[in-house]
Amino acid sequence: MMSKPLPEVTRIVQRCEALFEDLDFEAVKQWKAAEPGRKAIGYMPVYVPRELVHAAGYLPVGILGGGDQIEVIQGDAYYQSYICRIPRSTIELGLTGRLDCLDGMLFPSICDVIRNLSGMWQMLFKDKYVRYVDVPQNYQDEVGGVFYQQEMQHIRDDLGRMRGTPITDAELNASIAVYNDNRQAIRELYAYRAAKPWQAPTSEVYLLLRAGMVLPVEQHTQLVRDYLAAAEQVSRPKRDNARVVINGSFCEQPPLALIKSIEMAGCYVVDDDFLLVTRWLLDDVPADGNPLLELSKAFLHRSASTAAKYDATREEKGVFLMKQVKTRGAEGVIFAAPSFCDPALLERPMLQDVLSQHGIPHTAFKYAENTGQMAPVREQAGTFADSIKLWNAA
Amino acid sequence: MNMQTIAMPAPTGSAKKPQNVQKEDAMWLQKELINQNYLELATARENRRKVSATFVPGNLNELLMCFDFARSLPETNALQNGMRKKSGKMIMDAERDGQSEDVCTYVKADLGMMMGGEIGPTGAPMPRPDVLLLSYTGCFTFMKWFELIRHKYGCETVMLHVPYQGEGRIAPNMRDYVVKQLKETVIPALERISGVKFDIDRLRQYLRESVKAEEDLVRVLQSAKNRPSPIDGYFGAVYYIGPIFTAFRGTPQATQYYATLRAEIDERVRLGKGPVTPDGDMGEEKYRLIVEGPPNWTSFRDFWKMFYDEGAVVVSSTYAKVGGLYDFGFRHDPERPLESLAEYCLGCYTNLNLPSRVDMICKYIDEYQADGLLINSIKSCNSFSAGQLLILREVEKRTGKPAAFIETDLVDPRYFSAANVKNRLESYFQMVKQKRTYGHAAPAPVIPIHAH
Repeated sequence: MMSKPLPEVTRIVQRCEALFEDLDFEAVKQWKAAEPGRKAIGYMPVYVPRELVHAAGYLPVGILGGGDQIEVIQGDAYYQSYICRIPRSTIELGLTGRLDCLDGMLFPSICDVIRNLSGMWQMLFKDKYVRYVDVPQNYQDEVGGVFYQQEMQHIRDDLGRMRGTPITDAELNASIAVYNDNRQAIRELYAYRAAKPWQAPTSEVYLLLRAGMVLPVEQHTQLVRDYLAAAEQVSRPKRDNARVVINGSFCEQPPLALIKSIEMAGCYVVDDDFLLVTRWLLDDVPADGNPLLELSKAFLHRSASTAAKYDATREEKGVFLMKQVKTRGAEGVIFAAPSFCDPALLERPMLQDVLSQHGIPHTAFKYAENTGQMAPVREQAGTFADSIKLWNAA
Repeated sequence: MNMQTIAMPAPTGSAKKPQNVQKEDAMWLQKELINQNYLELATARENRRKVSATFVPGNLNELLMCFDFARSLPETNALQNGMRKKSGKMIMDAERDGQSEDVCTYVKADLGMMMGGEIGPTGAPMPRPDVLLLSYTGCFTFMKWFELIRHKYGCETVMLHVPYQGEGRIAPNMRDYVVKQLKETVIPALERISGVKFDIDRLRQYLRESVKAEEDLVRVLQSAKNRPSPIDGYFGAVYYIGPIFTAFRGTPQATQYYATLRAEIDERVRLGKGPVTPDGDMGEEKYRLIVEGPPNWTSFRDFWKMFYDEGAVVVSSTYAKVGGLYDFGFRHDPERPLESLAEYCLGCYTNLNLPSRVDMICKYIDEYQADGLLINSIKSCNSFSAGQLLILREVEKRTGKPAAFIETDLVDPRYFSAANVKNRLESYFQMVKQKRTYGHAAPAPVIPIHAH
């Protein structure tokens, strides 16, 4: 008897899950092996202008720690107990040779731990290209914008030297167009999930985003569109779940089981801050102008908000989160932050205050990327969902 | 240039000398200066002065003085509260108010202090700042800290983004970016808030004063190259750096203070004396150490005693460079005032990348003929702490000197375990001795202890 073929949506999700679980980065190795001279450049959360790497003909690879799949042995010897887990599992990936396929690493300015990790990488992996990516906290075009363009130019020059020829404006504009397409696809994905969260569970959406960390962007865009089409083909039961936004998970990633637990506890996640690099720039970047200028303007004036980014005025605090809540029709916010994550945990009380002022329910817990015990999360998320669906309605 | 407008504390004798604590005269003078600054803050409102708050690394004191601000330094407030055993309650109050147990205790002590009625460490009122100058140098937490204060109390924040030395050097565009911010955002905002017009000649005059103090401070810190060292470059140095890292750099008081201090230390060198400790002159100098990381403040004296009781003197420390790296040649330059302020901010210790920090420690071990490195790893401070275990390994590898690791916190008394720290220090001193006697030592204690 022939077995029934898997629905397309399941097949896509299974492929994404395989990529997610592959901490040896076989997809990256295969991409490099397909053509001589190919190189891959890793980057950490929250945001780097991946267009620069793509324009060089290289593969940008998102590095998000080891999750709950690797045992951290060597990495623990580099960090005190009160430091979050992502740097130690990233060191573990490096020291165990899993990141040998990367020819360089970009460390964006997100917090002191990742900042210092850039220096550790310089010391531990002396033959690799390492660059700390300082992004501006001054949002004036002539001040922070000029600095940011210079920083991007520096990376552009480095990558140009690495491949032997400078990266042209035309190449950069072409890459901007490719990433615009990817951002558009992901905007569609997020809009679809918000409209029909039962059709596109966050455990699947998350895996799709993770696939974008290792696949070439063109393939990833197609994959997202294939998923959207396939998800619509399968009818799934709609439940009376609470619609929530997740906030605080922008760097060290929650275990997949944690996302599933929140959903199983009766929550539809209708927006989040997972893998913000895919949605950092909020709309299309002009692809026919001065590319670095346009990338800079997009960063300064049309980018997402997160704890690692300065809010120039008090009034701006929480505006982005409130917009997520309102536009997605969310009924509450779950603050899920990694233990010892300074930016997320220091930001949280301010965001909670803004939500309280607007009467938006919220709850909070911490996790580590290797958290294994999900019962407390399920209980807390379940109680939160109940409080929204049952008690608020009373 | 109108020097009349400069806020200068006059000595009041407010720093009373308890009978049982020994300090150099310059230490008493330092204490008086710090108390005077608290008095200035307490009386700022009645004197119709605006109040600024800013952080120690990248502290633009000379610039703030140009606008007649009374100047508050939140880290100093927290550490003063820590030394006076007040910080524990403040931290717990802030935690009850929603702050995580995981985050910086300086922040929580500051928030707790404000929640407790805005009374400063000396018991005098601590007015709400009119401006928070966010000189964002070497520490991401600073940004959240002032956002939190702004969110709760509505104080205006002015950002000065100081890029990190990721490549181990100050690139021209980094300096230009800081200068441009000073010109286009920081100075106009300070003019608006203070109502005082910026006068670059006034700034130059302050910078001339700064240079004098910087020269003397370096002479004092480098006196530790003598044997015996006449100072403790960590526990003693925190007194020495107080005025220059806070509200006094650029004032004639600071110049006078550092001249006095230098004369005192020169005299100790001439007499072949060791450091003054709270129990009087230190005995025989047995161990010469370099320390990386800030001190613990809640048990500061007990912590210091663990060193001097064993004859250990810290000849140089990285913490004493957190508000400026003067000993590697930097001086404020009145001829390039804004560029010089930018270079000052960019050069602070925690704005250096890890390889530069390792280079600096190795250089200290060599130049100060130190026996080894001790890292005091601070739970609150990821800017210092993340990567310290690699620093330890690297320094050991490069210098062949033994290194050790202890863990405490800045101002949270729950994270200072005297017995653990003492045990660890004693075994470290044994190790240094062994190394000196036999040319090798037992493996360095690299596994962190948990001082809970």
